[in-house]
Amino acid sequence: MSARPDAAADAAADAPIVVTIGNPNTGKSTLFNALTGLRQKVSNYPGVTVEQVSGRAELGGQRVRLVDVPGTYSLAASSPDEMIAVDVLCGAVPGLGHPQAVIIVVDATNLRRNLFLVTQVLEAGVPAVIALNMTDLLESSAISVDHEALALRLGVPVVPISAAAGDGLERLGAAVADVMAVPPQEPLTINAALDEAVGELAAELGARGEEPHLLELRRALIDAGGYAEQRLLARHGEDLRPRLETLRERVGSGRNLATLEARDRYSFIQGLLDGVEQRGEPGRQRARDLADRVLNHPLWGMLIFAAVMATVFQAVFAWAAPLVDGIDYLTGAAGDTVRSLLGPGLVGSFFADGVIAGVGAVVVFLPQILILFAFIIVLEDSGYMARAAFLMDRAMRGIGLSGQSFIPMLSSFACAVPGIMGTRIIANRHDRLATIMAAPFMTCSARLPVYSLLIAAFVPDTRYLGGLVNLQGVVLFGLYVLGILGAALTAWLISRLYWSRVKSRFLLEMPPYRAPSPRAVAAKLLSRALIFLRRAGTIIFAVTLVVWALASFPRAPQPPAGAATPAASAALERSYLGRMSHVVAPLFAPLGWDWKVTAAVLASFPAREVVIAALGTIYAVDTEAEDGSNTLTSRIRHARHADGSLVYTLPMVLGLLVFYAFCLQCASTIAVMRRETGTWRWPLAAWCYMTGLGYLSACAIYQFGTLLSST
Amino acid sequence: MSTALTDLRPGQRAVVSGFVADDAEAQRLMTMGLVEGAEIEFLRAAPTGDPIEIRVMGYALSLRLSDAAGVLVDAVGAA
Repeated sequence: MSARPDAAADAAADAPIVVTIGNPNTGKSTLFNALTGLRQKVSNYPGVTVEQVSGRAELGGQRVRLVDVPGTYSLAASSPDEMIAVDVLCGAVPGLGHPQAVIIVVDATNLRRNLFLVTQVLEAGVPAVIALNMTDLLESSAISVDHEALALRLGVPVVPISAAAGDGLERLGAAVADVMAVPPQEPLTINAALDEAVGELAAELGARGEEPHLLELRRALIDAGGYAEQRLLARHGEDLRPRLETLRERVGSGRNLATLEARDRYSFIQGLLDGVEQRGEPGRQRARDLADRVLNHPLWGMLIFAAVMATVFQAVFAWAAPLVDGIDYLTGAAGDTVRSLLGPGLVGSFFADGVIAGVGAVVVFLPQILILFAFIIVLEDSGYMARAAFLMDRAMRGIGLSGQSFIPMLSSFACAVPGIMGTRIIANRHDRLATIMAAPFMTCSARLPVYSLLIAAFVPDTRYLGGLVNLQGVVLFGLYVLGILGAALTAWLISRLYWSRVKSRFLLEMPPYRAPSPRAVAAKLLSRALIFLRRAGTIIFAVTLVVWALASFPRAPQPPAGAATPAASAALERSYLGRMSHVVAPLFAPLGWDWKVTAAVLASFPAREVVIAALGTIYAVDTEAEDGSNTLTSRIRHARHADGSLVYTLPMVLGLLVFYAFCLQCASTIAVMRRETGTWRWPLAAWCYMTGLGYLSACAIYQFGTLLSST
Repeated sequence: MSTALTDLRPGQRAVVSGFVADDAEAQRLMTMGLVEGAEIEFLRAAPTGDPIEIRVMGYALSLRLSDAAGVLVDAVGAA
């Protein structure tokens, strides 16, 4: 999105901006959720791939716009994405304006490392409040923090809170309102020579008529070769470079400023914490060591890991099933009711087959998404995700990725969209691109309803080992494995072809084990469900309506009474969708598809799950069912080719399943890939590659399967 | 006598004494708390021996052998 003048005007006339910033694993998003509730807006920072989450909040009786900066360990930036934190603090983001205050979220049990970022932010000169989070865990960690002494030494308010329990939020809000009301605090000084050099540089650029941001100049000076420097030189010309070198030489006397900064900060923090933080021998330490010894054990650790993953699959498939069936039933019943109320005409069909079917197609996702995200959030908040990354790093490296790729890949089991967005945690650019290209292969929850429908309808419910294993489950598991293999092969190919020599990096904090707070999990779950409903749901709903329209227009001439069924069939064939599908159907004949299947698959290219709604619409128009049953399953089970043979044979269904396993039928994923890679090249390549792979695999399976079953 | 971080054994403590990594890499490691003089403890290696987990600045950090090899340490006491 570009910066429009009205957006800037909005921001100016709007509530003051308050920024939340902090390290990963500090409970920052929990705090953000607690302060804003559901009044959140998700958009993108202009020009970069970073998601901007903002929301309205009331802090100490003052209405503010809270803007979240993605979790980071440092303000040093090597890419435009990492520069967002600096730009937000400088007020340099178009349409956002200058922040009136910043809340720095800090993990009280991990103060030393957290204070690194704190000292960087305090140099920005934005009125700041430190939210000392997780104070409820201090006692059990045998750590004591004198927050008043810390506040005194830093010159900013330090408010102990527990975001998960909702404690201390009132005081935090009041403190933020206070710092907004009083004149800005004196910025922190750690290296006076550096501050002086930044001031000189600013004055020189100011004399040229520029209005440079001090924090940006500071980063440009410190991070030689970093993004802040690149951008500064691009804006002011290469002739600034010698000046930067001179200033660096003066400040560092030959030493590298970036490493000097780290030494300075940690020695400053050392002094800061003297007498402020006391660490005893924590009793929990033993418990944690024992847990790590078990979870990291070559045998037990891997078994537990496999068990956790198996539980997640089982939950998503089995626990969600009754809810999905219930929603399907309600959608069908509501459609029938509306049809009987409004009659069989265009209006009744619009509401029953368009609107209600569309809403149903969206809502039917929620059980699976909620269950899967609940697992992912609990795994993350409990600290197990990092252990999984630790365990998986070596294996992921085998396919050219890192253990950090594991989390986005696992998230892609729910949906590639958050998975691809989650690749932001991967520090290495190349690992990140390979993960983005591999993620769409993972079996997302949108594939699950397609799989469920086809497997339940066509794979026999044969049970082995006394009912413990059934064939349907085996086929589903096989499809998951297929997705993982596709992803692995893709990642391996990309890292092989493009950057075999580039070293990837894996520096991962292993957070302490923590019992996830039900409140925090619920809030995150709700916000993700809402994002799905808003962003994906609207697309799915719109596509359902478009499919309905394509299938319903142009209207057939009024059929003679008593001949409704053949006329309805003919009407669909005469429709735009029917005509389009007839044209391209020969292309899909080698896969065993007739024009109806082709129509449903074509309709689902913007969003694969739409195939269900599309099948529903296509076969709903043709309401003839041989056994009188009216579920979608029984209707497609009895669908026949023109020659009377069944359309949905086992080879055709298996081919169709594999087609859906490979094909990139998701407009949202394509849009996100475009956003995250900054170019159409990658999503286009992915689309062609995945669609080609799906087509060829489905073709091979159908042809071989048909050959086998006919002999 | 400085050795590489990768030479430590589980349970062994040490003090960071320097870097053989380049400045950009050293900056990343130092941001995470691996500055000269910082006390570390080698906690464990993954089942495959790589990556490893250490304690630094009071928290646990995992890193690959290839990155850890850029950190020089002085071992403290016997393992």
